[in-house]
Amino acid sequence: MATAEKPKYKVIGTRPVRHDGVDKVTGRARYGADTELTGMLYGAMLRSPHAHANIKSIDTSKAEALPGVRAVMTSADLPEQGDRIVELGEGAVNMRHLRANVLATEKVLYKGHAIAAVAADTIHIAQEAVKLIDIEFEVLPPVLDVVKAMADDAPVLNDDIRTESLGSHPPSDDASKHTNVAKHFVFEKGDVAKGFAEADVVIEREFDTATVHQGYIEPHASTALWNSDGKVTVWTCTQGTFSVRHQTAELLNIPISDVKVVPTEIGGGFGGKISVYLPPVAAGLSRKAGRPVKIVMDRAAVFEATGPTPGSHMKVKIGATKDGKIVAGEAWIAFEAGAFTGSPIAPGCMCVFSCYDVPNARVDGFDVCVNKPRTNAYRAPGSTQVCFATETIVDEICREIGMEPAEFRLKNAAKEGVRRVDGPVYGRVGMEETVQAIKDSDHYKTSLTGKFQGRGIATGFWFNCGLKSAATATVNPDGTVSLLEGSTDIGGSRAGIAMQLAETLGITAEEVKPAVVDTDSIGYTDVTGGSRVTFATGIAAINAAKDIQRQMCARAAMIWDCDEADVRYEDGCIIGSGDHRFTFKELAAKINATGEPIAGRGTASEETQAGAFGTHCADVEVDPDTGKVQILRYTVAQDVGTAIHPSYVEGQLQGGAVQGIGWALNEEYWYDEAGSMRNASFLDYRIPTIYDVPMIETILVEVPDPGHPYGVRGVGEVPICPPPAAIANAIYDAIGVRMRELPMAPHKVCAEILKK
Amino acid sequence: MAKKRIVTTTINGDTHEFLCKPQQTLLEALRDVLGLTGTKEGCSNGNCGACTVQMNGRPVDSCLVLAVEAEGASLKTIEGVACGNHLDEVQSAFLEGAALQCGICTPGFIMQTESLLEENATPSEEEIRFYLAGNLCRCTGYDKIVKAVQCAAEQRQAANA
Repeated sequence: MATAEKPKYKVIGTRPVRHDGVDKVTGRARYGADTELTGMLYGAMLRSPHAHANIKSIDTSKAEALPGVRAVMTSADLPEQGDRIVELGEGAVNMRHLRANVLATEKVLYKGHAIAAVAADTIHIAQEAVKLIDIEFEVLPPVLDVVKAMADDAPVLNDDIRTESLGSHPPSDDASKHTNVAKHFVFEKGDVAKGFAEADVVIEREFDTATVHQGYIEPHASTALWNSDGKVTVWTCTQGTFSVRHQTAELLNIPISDVKVVPTEIGGGFGGKISVYLPPVAAGLSRKAGRPVKIVMDRAAVFEATGPTPGSHMKVKIGATKDGKIVAGEAWIAFEAGAFTGSPIAPGCMCVFSCYDVPNARVDGFDVCVNKPRTNAYRAPGSTQVCFATETIVDEICREIGMEPAEFRLKNAAKEGVRRVDGPVYGRVGMEETVQAIKDSDHYKTSLTGKFQGRGIATGFWFNCGLKSAATATVNPDGTVSLLEGSTDIGGSRAGIAMQLAETLGITAEEVKPAVVDTDSIGYTDVTGGSRVTFATGIAAINAAKDIQRQMCARAAMIWDCDEADVRYEDGCIIGSGDHRFTFKELAAKINATGEPIAGRGTASEETQAGAFGTHCADVEVDPDTGKVQILRYTVAQDVGTAIHPSYVEGQLQGGAVQGIGWALNEEYWYDEAGSMRNASFLDYRIPTIYDVPMIETILVEVPDPGHPYGVRGVGEVPICPPPAAIANAIYDAIGVRMRELPMAPHKVCAEILKK
Repeated sequence: MAKKRIVTTTINGDTHEFLCKPQQTLLEALRDVLGLTGTKEGCSNGNCGACTVQMNGRPVDSCLVLAVEAEGASLKTIEGVACGNHLDEVQSAFLEGAALQCGICTPGFIMQTESLLEENATPSEEEIRFYLAGNLCRCTGYDKIVKAVQCAAEQRQAANA
């Protein structure tokens, strides 16, 4: 596990002030809802009061007649999509479903499902008008539980869904049957029966996890102008401007080049601000009204109609020898898709055994429609649920065979050359290093002394994506560089990208001026997601810097009247033969006097990254009377490749861990029998507050990813995965009860204590 | 629709007169009428603290105050924290301590911290966490926010010494 000596960087690894920081501490930064245009109208949405119903009729005449109302829109104003399947960057999307999610067509499939929209002179008039829309519903029974939704007699949400078999031979399902089970994935490796036969200990358990929300503080907001020339401009807070452009153009059936998407600052996303909800509606209203329209969701709509990430039911079985070697695994995983197909069941299946070298395994995964909002990506989508299952079983095995849990993980760790159950073979990854870092930490070496206190560890995995990015960088006469990029910045990525450009050019981070620009101003860039931006947009920026290096060398050769081959770029200087030497700043000052401007362009199209692992250690104290779990101490060790800006890397680890703590202990969608969410507010859907958590200690383990020039490895997602399992293992250590249901809220922990 | 009312207030030291509807909240008036969009809306029902401003020296969720209630009041918003272009200790500590990621909750946290430090110049970690518990942040895990508040308190103490 010895790592090579660290390269010496001048910018990478330092902690400069982020370029967009001053605007964000003074209130000057403009977010989605801050857009203000001349003649702008305000939009409001009518949302379904029912979880499952047929729409018999919609009458908007009274709303249209209200003074101040300028346009009313229903799904009839969105073009029919037929059965088109379109690749939208984050996977293939059934356009009929996407349209029906934006504005319901024949049916509503969850409470809060958008049905109609109004644009008016003020938000208050728009809200009044929404109440005047008459809808006749035929209410249908809802199905909210993933297992019940798989039953033959369950109410069926979508009449066009048949089970798609992926990987099972022969296909196991009847292609003619109406069903809620949209997909059945199977992954197999080795001989499962033979593997379990070799096991000395086999543990099989069932798990349930609740539906949870990304919980970004900024509600969705979009403003659109459908101009008289047919061109549409959308101002919105999104994780991917190009994805919004594509989805909006497809839904409105207009050329992609007729849509320009301008990113505002974004107040959190975590995967939930990729899919479109508002832009096509704001654009449709704008077309009718001839004026720009802004729509901002309220918090209840954010909970009831966006996000969430799937609740799940899982059966997981692991076999190991008594000397602590995993020999076989088996998993059956059902994820709620919400109203339409598209849960992250595939990554869930790929992650369930991803931390270990499992020679024999089979994983069955099901994507199941239920009467809840269509699920969306949430930080390492699908991985947190399965990590909870696998990592608590691993803890049970360790206790059964009397092996120290860190030792067990080291013995079975995923490492370079290990083949995952779903096929790929790992490159250079740092799981062992993260486990070792926890073993060596002050936290792990400090014993717990109090009553009802316990400690647990767990390891999580996320793939990390590559995908496409573009960057443009122009040299200014004063030696600074203006950098344009298409990756919207949610957590400080502008600084991380600028620092990679600065390192490559040998200038300071402060000498780079980064800007996130609209879809007409930069090359195609995939979404800010998949822990890809610092990696792939970083590569684009490095390539733009190299392009600048080449042009600077050519310019110097011209000035010195020498051969370009005799000029080299080194450490921020352009060096020729003899005493020919320019600093970057000196040559920058001569650019305009000696020839054309110097503008570098860089792109990246990266297939994948090597993957990220994190190991967490949690100390808890359980109140045996109330079941309340208090986190006493928490440490995250993660393989972060090369930390470009360590403060923001630590921030990702801390923020992800606290989201995982919320998922573990508090957060869940509460539904009544009619399918109505009863806690659609931040008071009742309780995310962790500053008072709930301790300091989150971080250990940055740096195992450079060989696929990136500076060894960057995506860091954003994996920290959410281990907390539920680490905390469940700590609860067992504290009071001897095994929690197999999330959240591990006081009443559930209390119920388990009472069973003892 | 009810008639608009005239409200006279002091905002960030300057006297303002504005028109608002009786049902408009102070948050709406600040953002939509006065163009002070630094105050953010996260939930509109007092659960998240993103819209925190100071009203007569006390921190309030501006979404829970009617605009007409601001008649005669003295308000301070995030736009009034810096002195000209000079960031104050709290702003500097958040900026330099990387105590923000997306930044949407930051104005609310800064306003709440200003009130905390006015009441208690040397808060303990426990006191910081208790006082800021009404402000939600989903990005940072709060670690660097606590440290930024500690740093701001120290800087202000040093400046006043």
